[in-house]
Amino acid sequence: MDLTAEKTLQKRQQISGYTTNPIFHSNKKEGLSKEKIREIIAKRAAKEFKEGDVVTLGIGLPTAVANYVPENMHIIFQSENGLLGVGKDQNKENIDKRIINAGGGYVEAAYGACFYDSQMAFTMMRGGHIDATVLGALQVDEDGSLASWIIPGKMVPGMGGSMDLVVGAQKVIVAMEHTSKGQIKIVQKCDLPLTAYKEVDLIITERCVFEVTHKGLLMTEINPMFSMEDIKESTGAHFKIAQNLKYMEI
Amino acid sequence: MKRVVSAKDAISLIKDNATIMIGGFLECGAPDLLVDELVKQKTQNLTMISNDTTYPHADKGRLIVNKQVKKLIAAHIGTNPETGRQMESGELDVELVPMGTLIEKIRAKGTGLGGVLTPTGVGTVIEKDKKTMEVDGKKFIFEKPLGADFALIYGTKVDKFGNVSYYGTTRNLNTVMATAAETVIVQADELVDCLDPNEVVIPGLFIDYVVVKGEK
Repeated sequence: MDLTAEKTLQKRQQISGYTTNPIFHSNKKEGLSKEKIREIIAKRAAKEFKEGDVVTLGIGLPTAVANYVPENMHIIFQSENGLLGVGKDQNKENIDKRIINAGGGYVEAAYGACFYDSQMAFTMMRGGHIDATVLGALQVDEDGSLASWIIPGKMVPGMGGSMDLVVGAQKVIVAMEHTSKGQIKIVQKCDLPLTAYKEVDLIITERCVFEVTHKGLLMTEINPMFSMEDIKESTGAHFKIAQNLKYMEI
Repeated sequence: MKRVVSAKDAISLIKDNATIMIGGFLECGAPDLLVDELVKQKTQNLTMISNDTTYPHADKGRLIVNKQVKKLIAAHIGTNPETGRQMESGELDVELVPMGTLIEKIRAKGTGLGGVLTPTGVGTVIEKDKKTMEVDGKKFIFEKPLGADFALIYGTKVDKFGNVSYYGTTRNLNTVMATAAETVIVQADELVDCLDPNEVVIPGLFIDYVVVKGEK
C-alpha cells in the first residue's frame, strides 16, 4: 500500500473528525441497511454520467442508478431488448405488454425514444456506441476482469447480453455490494468463469471506489463510515490509495 | 400472396427432432399461439434456438417444462428454474451463447456469410475449442452460422404479402430469425390487406406462412 496516501488519509480523517466520531464505527458494526447500501452505490454511479450520454444499466441494483441522475441532465438509457430512451415504469392500471425493458419490466418509451431489433441493439452495445454501462458482478479482480453469469453447480442464469455489453461499452462501471454475505468479491484473480477479461474501468461499492488502472486498483474515494482497515479486510485484491483520496457522499 | 393457415396446420409441419428458432425477448414479441400449439401437438426431441426460456408457465418455457426440448441454444435461462434444473440433471443439453453472438450467428446464416468474428468472450470459456484470429492487433473469436428448419416468429401487423411490422419492443430476435430458417411461420396480431411500405420491418419474401391470432 502507498504509505504517503495512507498518511494523507489519516490526516484528513483527523481534520474531519471521522476517526474520533464513534457513530461511524458503530454504524459500520451494525451494518448498513440494504436500502442505504443501494442508495450509496446508485447515487455514486450516477455521477459518472455526462450530459447526453447513452447508458445501459444492468438488472438489479444498477437499474436504481437512473433514479439519481440530476433532473437537468439528459441521459439516454438503452435497453438491449430494443429500446433507446427507456422511460418510467408504466402505469399499473393500463399495462402495454409490448413495451418492456431488459428485465421484463413494463416501461414507457421516453420522449425522443426509438425501437429496434436485437441486431441493432447489439450493434450499439458491442460496436462501441454506448458511452457507459453500469452492471453488477459476482467477482471483480485487480486486472479489471469480472465474473457475473455462472456459479458452476449452483446457479447458471446465463450471460444474456452482458458479455457483449462489457466488451463494447466505452466505460464499464461495476456497481455492487463490497462483499456478499461476508464473502469477498473484489479479488486478486476471479476464480468464477469470466464475463470479460480486463474490461472494467471503475468499481463502486458502499465502502469505496476503485479505478482500474494498468498498474492495478487505485482507491479514489472512501465512505467515511469505514476505516482503511475495514476496506483492507473486506478486499481480496491489492490496491493503492490515491494521493487525493476523497470521501464518498453518503 | 402468402398462405394464411391455422396454427394447427402450420405447427403440424414440424416433426420430431426438428431444429426450431423461436422469437421473443421473455414474453415480449413471442409467438405464444404457435408455441402453445407445439405444446399441444407434443412434438418431441426438438432443438430450440431462442433468446431465453421465459418462465415455466409461459410460451417457450412450457416446451422446457414438458420436456419437448433435447437441446437448447440460448443466451439467458435464469428466469426459468426448470431449465437450470434439467441442465444440471443432464436431461437437457444447454449451450449458452452470448446474446450478441447468438444474433450474429443467426444473421450470418440468413445473410449467407460463413461466420463472424467477434470480440465477445475473448479470454473467457466461450473461447474454448474455437478458432481465434487477430485483426489489426485485436483478438476475435470465430463463430459459425446458425440456422434452423423452422422459425416461429411474431408480427404485430402482417399483410397478405407477408410483410411484417412491429409495435414497441416486440421486434427483438424475430427479424433476424426470419432470415435463417427453411420455413418461417409468423404469428400476426392482425392481418391486413397491404401495409404501408414505409412501415415494413421484415420484407414479405422471408415469410412462408401466416397464422392470425384469434383465428383457429
